Amino acid sequence: MEKNEKVLEIRHLSKDYGKGAILKDVSLDIHKGEVVVIIGPSGCGKSTLLRCMNGLESIQGGEILLDGNVITSGKTNWSLVRQKIGMVFQSYDLFPHLTVMDNILLGPLKVQKRDKKEVEKEALTLLKRVGLGEKTKAYPRELSGGQKQRVAIVRALIMHPEIMLFDEVTAALDPEMVREVLDVMLELARAGSTMAIVTHEMQFAEAVADRIVFIDGGEILETGTPEEFFKMPKTERARKFLDTFKF
Amino acid sequence: MQDLGIKVLFMGSNFERLLDGLWVTIHISILSVLLSILLGILLGIVMTSKNIVVKAVTRVYLEFVRIMPQLVLLFIVYFGVTKTFGLHLNGETSALIVFTIWGTAEMGDLVRSAIISIPKHQRESGLAIGLNSSQIYRYIIIPQTLIRLIPPAINLTTRMIKTTSLIVLIGVVEVLKVGQQIIEANRYTVPNATLWIYGTIFFLYFFTCWPISLLAKFLEKKWKVN
Ligand SMILES: Nc1ncnc2c1ncn2[C@@H]1O[C@H](COP(=O)(O)OP(=O)(O)OP(=O)(O)O)[C@@H](O)[C@H]1O
Ligand SMILES: [Mg+2]
Repeated sequence: MEKNEKVLEIRHLSKDYGKGAILKDVSLDIHKGEVVVIIGPSGCGKSTLLRCMNGLESIQGGEILLDGNVITSGKTNWSLVRQKIGMVFQSYDLFPHLTVMDNILLGPLKVQKRDKKEVEKEALTLLKRVGLGEKTKAYPRELSGGQKQRVAIVRALIMHPEIMLFDEVTAALDPEMVREVLDVMLELARAGSTMAIVTHEMQFAEAVADRIVFIDGGEILETGTPEEFFKMPKTERARKFLDTFKF
Repeated sequence: MQDLGIKVLFMGSNFERLLDGLWVTIHISILSVLLSILLGILLGIVMTSKNIVVKAVTRVYLEFVRIMPQLVLLFIVYFGVTKTFGLHLNGETSALIVFTIWGTAEMGDLVRSAIISIPKHQRESGLAIGLNSSQIYRYIIIPQTLIRLIPPAINLTTRMIKTTSLIVLIGVVEVLKVGQQIIEANRYTVPNATLWIYGTIFFLYFFTCWPISLLAKFLEKKWKVN
């Protein structure tokens, strides 16, 4: 496995919702096994960037490639692409009418048409890995926020994505539940998953990232290793942003 | 003697006649409820449209039907339409039309609000695991819509059944009318028939609507979402 293999390439991406650009000429490559953490002030376009990556938003310029193939040309089979790009959102987005197990099985059974026995076994293994082996029959309403997010992570993982996108998955959680979710992500990172993570947890970002991408006003202002970025940010805006986390 | 009043129920075929009357009530209710559910689902889907004209027209229809007492609607259709257009509608047909017009409006609004109450995130989570649009409807949107819809829809059904008692006023011989006829016929022989007959009708309505309400409660508990 070559470390330099690009999973996702974003080239000169621009996005607007009709009144002014939200993302301006954003270019970013994510390599196999790499963990990229995207940070920046609220409203700078982080969620939008992730949503563009799996086609939840249309784009106005540039292109995105997955495994070297352009996926923004208009002829994309998004169902296929989204199986390769897992995404977990900020809000608890499990399907409330389905049990934990059925939430997880929906994609593999209906989209990938996999064998039920095999997927159930894998689901159980994954649930155990995130500490929820006993919850297969529970409904989302019976779970805490942290548990729901861990199930959502499993639901994305079971599709065997090539890259996982996480959009502030702990932002809506009570503080005491943040850790359990971050630990799962940290473990995934150590196991070599390719990930793009948006987060406001700076210590976590520092611990998990191979590379930090700092966005402000819809532009990438800085990228660098966590050491470079947190110890000596190159731009004034990054310094200001980091200052807002200090007391 | 007071306790002899009950015999009025069993004289001749009185009780059977009451049940027949109840059947007319139930028959009209079932037909209009079924039609309302079918048409209401269509209307509800149409009402989620973003088209302003569609929105306005459906809104006016809904408000019109809501503002009008059902009795007035019944009179309009039974007397008004019959006289004005020379169509001869009997009472039962008029009742069916009015209850369907009313039920469709109410049902449509219930369907509309059930659909729009499903958060946008549900759809996006479906997309994110690779489901296509029709799979998202089938596995995510429709089941959740039904769950939200069933309690209020059942509630509407019982309201419609109860409101059918108005059709006695356009000459339909339903349970209430039968009751009045029995009371009239026995005015001298059984003076306190009123209590027994209306009491019986009370229980007939009760045992028709109660199971439906129980079902609604049961389903509400079973499928409680969040
Ligand atoms: N559907 C939309 N229509 C119009 N504007 C939008 C839409 N979604 C987001 N925006 C705007 O795009 C900008 C970027 O939003 P985005 O959600 O990507 O920010 P963010 O960096 O994720 O912020 P946060 O940290 O608060 O989540 C914001 O100014 C927002 O108001
Ligand atoms: Mg965001």
